[in-house]
Amino acid sequence: MKIFSAKTWWWKILGMVLLFYTYYQGFLGEVPRMPILNETIRNLYFHVTMWMTMLVLMLCNAIYGILYLKNGRLTNDFVAAECARTAMVFGIAGLLTGMLWANYTWGEPWVNDPQLNGTAATLLIYAAYFILRNAVADEKQRARLAGVYAIFAFVMMIVFIMVLPKMTDSLHPGKGGNPGFNKYDLDDAMRRVFYPAVIGWTLLGVWMTSLRVRLKKLETDESDNG
Amino acid sequence: MNLTMAEKLIRILLVFSLLLTSSGLYAQTDHIEMADTFRSEGKIYVVIFCAFLVLAIMAIYLFAIDRRISRMEKGSSRLNID
Repeated sequence: MKIFSAKTWWWKILGMVLLFYTYYQGFLGEVPRMPILNETIRNLYFHVTMWMTMLVLMLCNAIYGILYLKNGRLTNDFVAAECARTAMVFGIAGLLTGMLWANYTWGEPWVNDPQLNGTAATLLIYAAYFILRNAVADEKQRARLAGVYAIFAFVMMIVFIMVLPKMTDSLHPGKGGNPGFNKYDLDDAMRRVFYPAVIGWTLLGVWMTSLRVRLKKLETDESDNG
Repeated sequence: MNLTMAEKLIRILLVFSLLLTSSGLYAQTDHIEMADTFRSEGKIYVVIFCAFLVLAIMAIYLFAIDRRISRMEKGSSRLNID
């Protein structure tokens, strides 16, 4: 039996433990006192970490898309689709937590900002991925189109979220001439919670994806066997 | 213009005193509002409890789904599906 597979338990428990740790430290732990942000700096452990989880899962989507294009096994396509689905969940959660954060620090839930517009564009691009999948009836053709689209979508995501905002003026920390959190404000106490939180959310995302993939496999096996 | 020694001294002292008064403004940045009162009243533990409850419910839900899928994969649960 493989050590890290959909059926082993240790990494799922680890993910949940890390999330409990994140929530505990998130509310009770020490944070630096910053003007304007006050206690909302704790949202760093949730908002930013969930976006990172989305990035990781979308990378998986692109990788499994490429794997399908390489060897034609439909399992790779299932995994890619479910990775993207879970990543969308985290992306929407990241968007909502960001809007909530902006409402209390910038005054409005949405501002005309390159980073925010970039994230909205990214979510629309991946929504289009699902529409594309649903529009094609043939399995193999769907998988092929989805695989190619996944590669382009991932590259566009990187451009919209990480490249363009750094090149223009932005309100968002870390983009557009502002010092990022990790440069000035992310002190050691926060780093100790931040990295475990990223791992925790990612493991949760992988667990959710693995459950859907296993279910999909069971459905296709049943329909094959009649 | 010709200033007497006393007038020069008074001018220098005036400039210095103005410089000193500006340093009093640094006191503004010491007090940044945080949720200290909220914490000291113990309300933070209510927040933590609620957050943990939500997390625990989610973990148990996922665990239950995982177990059912495992049983279905082994083939024994096919008769038990509600």
